[in-house]
Amino acid sequence: MRASSLSLPAIATVGLLLSGCAATAPTAPAEFEADGTFTLYSGRDEELVQPLIDQFTAETGIEVEVRYGNTAELGALLLEEGPASPADVFLSQDAGALGALSRAGLFTTLPAEIADAVPAGFTSTDGSWVGVTGRARVVVYDGERLTADELPDTIDGYVTEEWNGRLAVAPTNASFQSFVTALRVLEGEEEAAAWAQALAGNSPQIFEGNTPILTAVNDGAVEAGLINHYYWFRAASEVGVENMRAQLKYLTAGDAGSIVNVTGAGILAGAEGDADALEFVRYLVSEAAQTYFVEQTFEYPLVPGIAAPEGLPSLESLLNPQLDLSDLDDLATTQQLLADAGLI
Amino acid sequence: MTIAPPLADGVPDARGPLVEPAHPARPTAGRRPPLALLVAASVAAAAAAIPLVYLVVRAAEAGLPTVFATLSRGRVLEYAANSLALAAATTATALVLGTAVAVVLTRVRVPFARAWLLISALPLAVPSYLAGYGWLVLAPGLNGFVPSWLLLTAVTVPYVTLPVAAALRGASGDLEGVARTLGRGPLRAFLVATWPTIRPAAIAGSLLVALYALSDFGLVAMMRYPTLTWGINAAYSASFDRAQAATLALLLVVLALVVVAGERTARRQVPRAAARAVAPRPVGRGMLVSLLPVVAAAPLLGVAVPLLGLLLRLLDAATLRAIDGPRLLEAVGATVGVAAAAAVLALVLALPIAALAARYRGRLVTAIESVGYLGHALPGIVVGLSLVFFALAVVPALYQSFAVLVFAYAVLFMPKAIGTVRAGLGDVPPRLVSVARTLGLSPLQAWWRVTVPLALPSLGVGALLVAIATMKELPATLLLRPTGVQTLATELWNRTVVFEFGAAAPYAALLVLIAAVPAMVLSGVRSAAKEEL
Repeated sequence: MRASSLSLPAIATVGLLLSGCAATAPTAPAEFEADGTFTLYSGRDEELVQPLIDQFTAETGIEVEVRYGNTAELGALLLEEGPASPADVFLSQDAGALGALSRAGLFTTLPAEIADAVPAGFTSTDGSWVGVTGRARVVVYDGERLTADELPDTIDGYVTEEWNGRLAVAPTNASFQSFVTALRVLEGEEEAAAWAQALAGNSPQIFEGNTPILTAVNDGAVEAGLINHYYWFRAASEVGVENMRAQLKYLTAGDAGSIVNVTGAGILAGAEGDADALEFVRYLVSEAAQTYFVEQTFEYPLVPGIAAPEGLPSLESLLNPQLDLSDLDDLATTQQLLADAGLI
Repeated sequence: MTIAPPLADGVPDARGPLVEPAHPARPTAGRRPPLALLVAASVAAAAAAIPLVYLVVRAAEAGLPTVFATLSRGRVLEYAANSLALAAATTATALVLGTAVAVVLTRVRVPFARAWLLISALPLAVPSYLAGYGWLVLAPGLNGFVPSWLLLTAVTVPYVTLPVAAALRGASGDLEGVARTLGRGPLRAFLVATWPTIRPAAIAGSLLVALYALSDFGLVAMMRYPTLTWGINAAYSASFDRAQAATLALLLVVLALVVVAGERTARRQVPRAAARAVAPRPVGRGMLVSLLPVVAAAPLLGVAVPLLGLLLRLLDAATLRAIDGPRLLEAVGATVGVAAAAAVLALVLALPIAALAARYRGRLVTAIESVGYLGHALPGIVVGLSLVFFALAVVPALYQSFAVLVFAYAVLFMPKAIGTVRAGLGDVPPRLVSVARTLGLSPLQAWWRVTVPLALPSLGVGALLVAIATMKELPATLLLRPTGVQTLATELWNRTVVFEFGAAAPYAALLVLIAAVPAMVLSGVRSAAKEEL
């Protein structure tokens, strides 16, 4: 509760004045260990995460003060706050942000029982954070104009003459860049550069993120696009599966286009030894939480032994072996490659 | 018919001796501003400079070679050119359309003129991302420069319409009649006789449009038109590189300074002629019908169509949820509360800068005023992070409190108040102040008892503009709000990121409705005051 204990009275006073809102009562500066409460910065949205947190609180009695935001902004915020951060745990949408915090020395090392709960390729290499869920890269296509058979099974098929002007991509988005990193690792630098050049020369439809691509395909504005599988299931749960015009195509296992992006969590250095924070991260890789993500958010569980959502290819078949998606040097190389191709 | 000196050809502000200036030219070159004013304005400018200091610190950490590498890489310069093109085009159309709408609504006898003025203020209440989103529901294929340009124009045109309409009500139309009798066409007569009197208002409004266009991310992301704000966003979200983001943001600052300098050159405030109200002219039915598209364009493109799109999306939603009443009310309370507080604080900061710029010239005055505008040219995330940096370094006890959040809004949006307040203060005849002084009032007393009451409407306009912008703000709010506090904008974001359009709709509707209240007040503020003149 370190720095947050300083600001709480101010929050409470002004908060009550302005909106009569539920700012928590000021707490006396507490000792470490288990004080029954901790602060979470969640780069994942409230609608999906809050029920899980409520479940956690009900089971453990530990209160969680949550600050929601998008992963990029919270990542930048944590870097800016540095050791003064009120946060104890960071829950991130992608591995890159976790890698950036890890490199800045802002995470404490997780105990082996937590860090090793998730197999290599889906978690950190140094125990600074642990993978929580996975999201497969997929091709989303307009089900009214195309059928799954008409779509190429590998990523190379989407940069041919036939696909000129028909493919939507989000080159400035972290998940697309992870895929390009995978392409470099799996196929080699030259092949990856050639693919990026071919894409750039093929009049791609450039978007800013996964969500707008899915929306455009679902509205029939674009024929196909590269996204994470998870967004489709979110949209389907809002409008009904049968009403989805956009459909998903999983590429051949082993193709770079089929890698899995991971979400994950880490404990901030200032919260080292905070039993409550640790309990929460342990909970994230427990069967209860993993099952919650499978059932509620349609993501891949990363802990072995828990079944993937129905209808998805098994995680093993999509495996992205020698990848470290949080490796920023690797990321910088990928970005240079994309910049050289004129995509970013 | 002996009108002595002919009007100089084509020079818009060649007013000649036709009008006797109501008072001598106000920028008192050579006179030194009072120290207290200079200090107050410098303090306000220092607040506005926090983002700039932050950006320089972050970019400097990377070192000059990295800065150059960032600037020369990939499509960065193309992004910058796109930003500039979008800002220039949007400003030009907003200036022309806004002026045209204002002229129609004040000089032509339009049925329901008051209602039309209210309607023309409404686009202010629609966040640009919502306008883009609503359009994409109806026309999913929209993308690129043209839709970005037209939609940005639609949502920003009230920044020109409202002040120009107010200025027109104060401007004398007699001169235009004189020019017409001298054989000028209507457009020419308008440019020669009326334009000079509304020019400061039109140009100041255009500056806000330009800065809005430079800093916008929501709409250009929706419309897939990559500008510098894309680059900044990608630097945070894909590269996790604050130095790279800071470098790109500094490039945006440079563009903004060019725009601000351009405004100062174009402004050339002229003394207001003794105002005689001009009765709106009746025109034929056919003419009225042909004027309708001009007046209706922005409210239609910026409000009606997007709201229709949102409504359609709502009807598509299979999972309508019950509205969580208390939570909704809490968000309304927080939104209105921070907006009111931000309006007051932004006004307090803008006032000394505006007072200085209204009466004095010089390099220091220019620098202070320019810095005051910077916050508005930067994306909210940059200003938000700069305030995190500042608060933790200077007032850690207030970090993540309402105080810092409101301060951030003030830094972001004080430019919206500076221009209007400056124009309002500049319109107060110095003679009145002199008279007050000779009656024994101190300079501060004279300012408080004469200048401020006369400029009050413009202060109100400035405050309302800040309040509206604050209600719609998202990125800085997410970074700086006290943990757990929600505004309507953050609640809307919470739901749209997960495609919950059904749950998002009440928040979107309330946000637009609540922001529409100050927007509508705004459309009336200055008229009342000017008509007293």
